[in-house]
Amino acid sequence: MQITIVSGKGGTGKTSLAVSLAMTLENVQLLDADVDEPNCSLFLDLNTKLVAEAKIPIPEINYDLCTLCGACSSNCEYNALMKVPDQILVFEKMCHGCGLCSKICPENAITEVPRTIGHLYEGKNEDFLFNFGALIVGEELSTPVISQLKQLISKDKPIIVIDSPPGSSCPMVETVIDSDYVILVSEPTPFGLSDMKMVVKTLRILEKKFGVVINKDGVGNKELELYCQKEEIPVLLKIPFNLEIARNYSEGIPFLNVLPGMDSELKQMIVDIREALQ
Amino acid sequence: MKEEKIRQLTVISGKGGTGKSSIIAALASNLQDKIILADADVDAADLYLIFEPVKTVSFDFEGLKKAKIDLNLCTECGICLETCRFDSISDDFIVNPTKCEGCAACYHMCPVSAIEMLDNISGQYYISDTRIGKMIHARLYPGEESSGLLVAEVRKVAKQTAEEQGRKLVLIDGSPGIGCPVVSSLVGADLALVVTEPTLSGYHDLDRILQLLKIFKIPGYIIINQFDINEDISQKIEKEFQETFPIIEKIPYNPIFVEAMIEKKSVLEIDSEDKEVQKVKNLLIKLSNFVLEKTELDN
Repeated sequence: MQITIVSGKGGTGKTSLAVSLAMTLENVQLLDADVDEPNCSLFLDLNTKLVAEAKIPIPEINYDLCTLCGACSSNCEYNALMKVPDQILVFEKMCHGCGLCSKICPENAITEVPRTIGHLYEGKNEDFLFNFGALIVGEELSTPVISQLKQLISKDKPIIVIDSPPGSSCPMVETVIDSDYVILVSEPTPFGLSDMKMVVKTLRILEKKFGVVINKDGVGNKELELYCQKEEIPVLLKIPFNLEIARNYSEGIPFLNVLPGMDSELKQMIVDIREALQ
Repeated sequence: MKEEKIRQLTVISGKGGTGKSSIIAALASNLQDKIILADADVDAADLYLIFEPVKTVSFDFEGLKKAKIDLNLCTECGICLETCRFDSISDDFIVNPTKCEGCAACYHMCPVSAIEMLDNISGQYYISDTRIGKMIHARLYPGEESSGLLVAEVRKVAKQTAEEQGRKLVLIDGSPGIGCPVVSSLVGADLALVVTEPTLSGYHDLDRILQLLKIFKIPGYIIINQFDINEDISQKIEKEFQETFPIIEKIPYNPIFVEAMIEKKSVLEIDSEDKEVQKVKNLLIKLSNFVLEKTELDN
C-alpha cells in the first residue's frame, strides 16, 4: 500500500506527519520525494548513503555527421536546441530528455548522453527503509528526480509512505500518481484552505482516494473543517497547535514524540485508511 | 529626464510556510504607490486573499501542447509507446494528459500520422485592481505543468504594468523550493529577500536557496521570521550566512499574522494597541524602508 502525504501550502507539517506516520509502522519504507527541499532525514537518526544519480539524457551533436539542417532545433518543444551559423547550441537545462532530436535527425548525428540532475540516497534501520532524492541546486527539473526516486520503491515492503513536494502541479502529480491513498495535510488558515482546494481538484482529476489531516488545529478559523464537511472529505486526524510542538519541530523532533497518544492515533488512522480502501 | 530602470525584487523562502506571502503583503501595503505587486507563486497563489483583486484583464496561458491519438487512424503498431519517455500512453493507446509533457516525439514518429498535438490552456493570468493599485496574479490549473513559463508571463506583464503606471518597483512573491518556478521568479531580479524560520528544516532549505542566489549572482537579504521559536538556530543562521547574505530583520512569533490573514488585511493594515503587535509592525515598516533604500527609490 502506497500512502502519499501532500499539502498544497508549504510548511503545514507534511514532513512531520510523513516521518511520524512511518515511525509508528512496522516494516515500512519512507520515501522523501520533496526533492527541492528534502527534509525527512533531519527528523531521522539514520545514516544515509548515496545509491544512485538521477539523470536525464541530453543530446550531443556529432559534427562529422551534422549538416546543420536544423531539424532538431526547429522541432524541440523546449527550445533546448538553437541553430547558429556554424553549430547547434544545446541548452542542457532546458532539455527534458524526450529524445525527439536524436530520433528525427536525418543524419543520425545526435547521440544522447546522461546528465546528472539529482542524487538518490538510502538509509536503513532494522525493518525501516528510507530513501530520498535531492535536486542539484541550479537544476530546474524536479519531476524526473522524483520518478527515478520512485524506482527505488521496495516490493518487499507492505507499506510505503511518501512525502510529496508542496503545491498541485507536475512534481506533486508525479509523486501521487501511483498512490493508493493520499493524505492531505493543511492548516486551518485562509492560505491553507485556498491551497488545499487546488490539491483537492487535482486529486479528483487523478481519481485518488484521500482524506485530510488538520495540523496546527486551533490557529485560524473553522472554514477548513466546514469545507471538508461540505465536500464530504474525511478528516482523519487533528494535530493541535502549541509552541512546544513548534519548538520541538525546530530541533527535528516530530510531534509523535511530543504529543501523548499520537502513536495510537496514527495507527488508528492507518486502520481507517485500510477500511476506506476496501 | 533620466530614464530610470524598473527594479524587480523577489521574495523567496526555500521552505514553504515561513511567512513569505504575509511579509510581501505588508511590504506591498506600505509601498503601495511605488510598486506593482506580482504573485508569482502560481501553484499556491494566496495574495488574492489579502488584496481581493478585481480582474480587469485576463489572459489564457498556453502551456505545452498535449498529444492526442486518433484511434480511427491508429494501427496499434506501438511505436509511440516505445518513443514516449514520460509513460503517458496507455497500452490501449490513450494519452494521459497529466503525464504528457508535450515533447511531440510520438507525433513525429507515428508512421500513420494518427497523432495530433493539441493546444492546451493550462492556466490564466490577470491584471487586477486592488486597494493598493494594480496586481498581477495567476492560476495554474490543477495538475498542470510548466509553471515556470507562467511565472515568466506574470513577471512580463507586471513589468509592463509598472511602466504604464509609472511605478519603479515590481514586488514578486516567489514559490517555495528551488526548481523551475523558483528559478523563473529569480532570473533577472535585482535583489531577493529570503524569508526563513529558525528550524532545522528552515536552515537546511535556506542553505539551498542561497546557493541558488549565488549561482544567479543575485544579492540576497535574509529575514528570520519567528526568530524566537529557536534562538540557537537563529544565531546559527546569522553566524553562517551573515557575511554573504546579511540578516536584515528578525521578526518574533506573533499570532497577528494569521489574524490579519483572516481579516483579509496585511499586518500593517491592522489597528492594534497591543505592544507586541506594534513591535512587529515597526519591524515591517523598517523592512519596507530598507527595500526603498536598496532599490534606490525615493523615500
